[in-house]
Amino acid sequence: MRSPAVYRATRASRIAMVVAALGLIVLAAAPWWAGRADLRLMGEVFLYLSLACLWNLMAGYAGLVSVGQQAFVGFGGYMLFALTIFGGLPPIAAILIGGLLAALLSIPIASLIFRLKGAYFAIGTWVVAEVFRLTFAQIASLGGGSGTSLPVGIVRSLADGRSAREALSYWLALGAAIVVVSAVYLFLRSRRGLALTAIRDSEVAASGLGIDIWRTKLEVYVVTSAFTAIIGGLIFLQKLRISPDAAFSVNDWTAFVIFIVVIGGIGTLEGPIIGTLLFFLLRETLADFGTIYLMVLGVVAIVVMLKAPKGVWGLIRDRYDLELFPLSYRIKLNDPKDP
Amino acid sequence: MIEWINVLVQGVLLGGLYALFAAGLSLIFGVMRLVNIAHGDLIILAAYLGLSTTIMFGVHPFAAALLVLPVMAIIGYVLQRGILNQTLGPDILPPLLVTFGLSVIIQNALLEGYSADPQKLSAGAIETASVNVGSLTIGILPLLTFAIAVAVIAGLQWMFYSTALGRGFRAVSDNQDIAQLMGLNKAHVFGLAMALALAVTGIAGILLGIRTSFDPSIGGGRLIFGFEAVIIGGLGNIWGTLAGGVILGVAQTIGAKIDPGWQVLAGHIAFLVVLAIRPNGLFPRVQH
Amino acid sequence: MSDPILSLSKLNAYYGDFQALYGVDMDIHAGEVVAIIGANGAGKSTLMRSISGLMSNASDQVRFKGEAIGSLRADEVAYRGLALVPEGRQLFPSLSVEENLMLGGKVGRAGPWSLDTVFELFPVLQERRKQASTSLSGGQQQMVAIGRALMANPEVILFDEISLGLAPVIIKTIYDALPGIIGGGMTALVVEQDISKALEVSSRVFCLQEGRVSLAGATHDVTRDQITAAYFGVVA
Repeated sequence: MRSPAVYRATRASRIAMVVAALGLIVLAAAPWWAGRADLRLMGEVFLYLSLACLWNLMAGYAGLVSVGQQAFVGFGGYMLFALTIFGGLPPIAAILIGGLLAALLSIPIASLIFRLKGAYFAIGTWVVAEVFRLTFAQIASLGGGSGTSLPVGIVRSLADGRSAREALSYWLALGAAIVVVSAVYLFLRSRRGLALTAIRDSEVAASGLGIDIWRTKLEVYVVTSAFTAIIGGLIFLQKLRISPDAAFSVNDWTAFVIFIVVIGGIGTLEGPIIGTLLFFLLRETLADFGTIYLMVLGVVAIVVMLKAPKGVWGLIRDRYDLELFPLSYRIKLNDPKDP
Repeated sequence: MIEWINVLVQGVLLGGLYALFAAGLSLIFGVMRLVNIAHGDLIILAAYLGLSTTIMFGVHPFAAALLVLPVMAIIGYVLQRGILNQTLGPDILPPLLVTFGLSVIIQNALLEGYSADPQKLSAGAIETASVNVGSLTIGILPLLTFAIAVAVIAGLQWMFYSTALGRGFRAVSDNQDIAQLMGLNKAHVFGLAMALALAVTGIAGILLGIRTSFDPSIGGGRLIFGFEAVIIGGLGNIWGTLAGGVILGVAQTIGAKIDPGWQVLAGHIAFLVVLAIRPNGLFPRVQH
Repeated sequence: MSDPILSLSKLNAYYGDFQALYGVDMDIHAGEVVAIIGANGAGKSTLMRSISGLMSNASDQVRFKGEAIGSLRADEVAYRGLALVPEGRQLFPSLSVEENLMLGGKVGRAGPWSLDTVFELFPVLQERRKQASTSLSGGQQQMVAIGRALMANPEVILFDEISLGLAPVIIKTIYDALPGIIGGGMTALVVEQDISKALEVSSRVFCLQEGRVSLAGATHDVTRDQITAAYFGVVA
């Protein structure tokens, strides 16, 4: 008897890879074919996609449901301003160092808030974000409560001319999204990713297998914090202006991100991508309605959570057995007539 | 010296309001292990309901409470049976995300209905009335707020440990299946718990509205204050929640005394310090 | 014979994809004491959960006094006069002994059982009425669990493994008290792994094996060999 074949890649996932590669080429060329407003919107899409992937990694895989990721978005943004203005660093270096500092900072934070369980952990992360917001509001040299703009000299140092700068900003956003999506994907395929999945499925069983749950969660938290801060730096490089309320906004950097992941499908890699597209589709259609649009978003998220907890992608996958980012192993039994 | 005693007294009294923010949160967690992210927004909703009632009927905010409290209780019962009961289970994500969605909905509905302009409940002379104790001047309103907080917490304690309703709450909290065997419909019991919690939230909302101005965006902050009071006091201890509120209030008034911009930050720092040295809070419930 | 007070017809029960009961048929008449025996995992507790409403089934698979109750919730079943003494006692740790008993009486059905009569049956509970239920010994906890079910004044009472984890002398005390409970015309289902205890108190016996009824009959008619075969699924 031949042994059954075990594999990960499927026909759909291979096709998806090819389509994705072609799509990326088209997207990379966007500065030549897209208008200024569209380019800006697409940059924003990629940054939200990155935030959604990161939040999904924490909440959907590591069970760390945070409502305080705005702490690191804002921190990354402020580091861009502080390190360029006071440190004289080039913006891109400032953003990367901001990520590193966020990683360092996240360790003592984790040692405190990991003491809170479940939903209380969530609110604890929010407290931390508030501490960040109130602290940065006290720093007079960064404009205190009203914030500050990135000096013209620093903006000019990025690239010559406005359109070149906008193209660069767009490429950075696209690049960040590619890095984050691939990093999360590769991480989940790795040994550690498997450990994470084991923890999600059963903490007791995972610790029985010798997985250090606390440490694994800490690693995810630290890495996510660093990436989130880098994305935050890129967000405020696009905006060129920062204030405590904008930088540490729970609505902009956490509520929307959570809705994206929930609507798309939490605990899947495809979910955040679909969720981001749906979110921007909704936003661009309903943006004129202001508060009504946010209420609609809230209602949609609640309905999805109650009626289709695996999100839109979960519905698609259950129906067509698709997996664009093959994480699970599949078993194919060979021809049963074979003796 | 007298200045600092004054700060301390103001902080203690402010703590009463925070304990009221926390009491409903604590009750809900105790009965059904639910953490309601929309709790702060419901406090603000109550304040706005109070505002509409005072305007519509031309009554004092305290009289408005007679309408607001039952309305909040009904909202709580309907919310619990209509939506929240479906989210309860071993997975913490659904209740968290659904209440988060509710928070956004309530906030924007208030924005739509009342605009972003700050509002205030006008309670007349009581707002400025005060008594002199030695050389200290203590406002009647903060004093009354604190007294109400103590009364509410004593009432909750009595309800929880000395009434059939409280017996049902504790039984369902211990073991939902077996409680159901005793003829308790847990969906109904949870509905009652949320109704009670939101009635308390109604009291908190009206007192908040008299004390300070409010707008639709400040719910998140009130949730955090309530949450901090619960954790500082220790989970599952309702008197501890009052102590937690007082500690938070004192930390905030001390912070404000040093620098007005430091008020809220000082409270958060006090919370983080407690979390660092006593992760289970200062007065955790004694485990059997 | 009159209509059965409790009747199961083709009862199936599932835990997700796993089927625990396969078409169980059972008629219980008023005043009967019926033993349900079977090995670990035979489906005894699932049967109790299905009857008491902790597990939902198709409505007409369980009938109580003619009414289809298979899909009712446990609290609705309790109000109709069916009480379960759950496996492992499962008292409410936050409630005192007395409060546990009072909660049992919540359904408010009229009948002989009250705090006083339960304390008469188990005098030791009266002394401990104000204590936390967790401070009691295993046997005393079992008495509270039985008293709690009796407080509902049920017409049918289900005992799920009441001897489990108790010392033999305690088991004897509890089983000695059973006639005083059932003597009042109450119908009882006694689920036990301890076969001899179950047969001692019952007039009829059902044996379950892998979710199916493998033996049914009057207690004095069935032989040891029949039980062994029905219990283990092998011919001895």
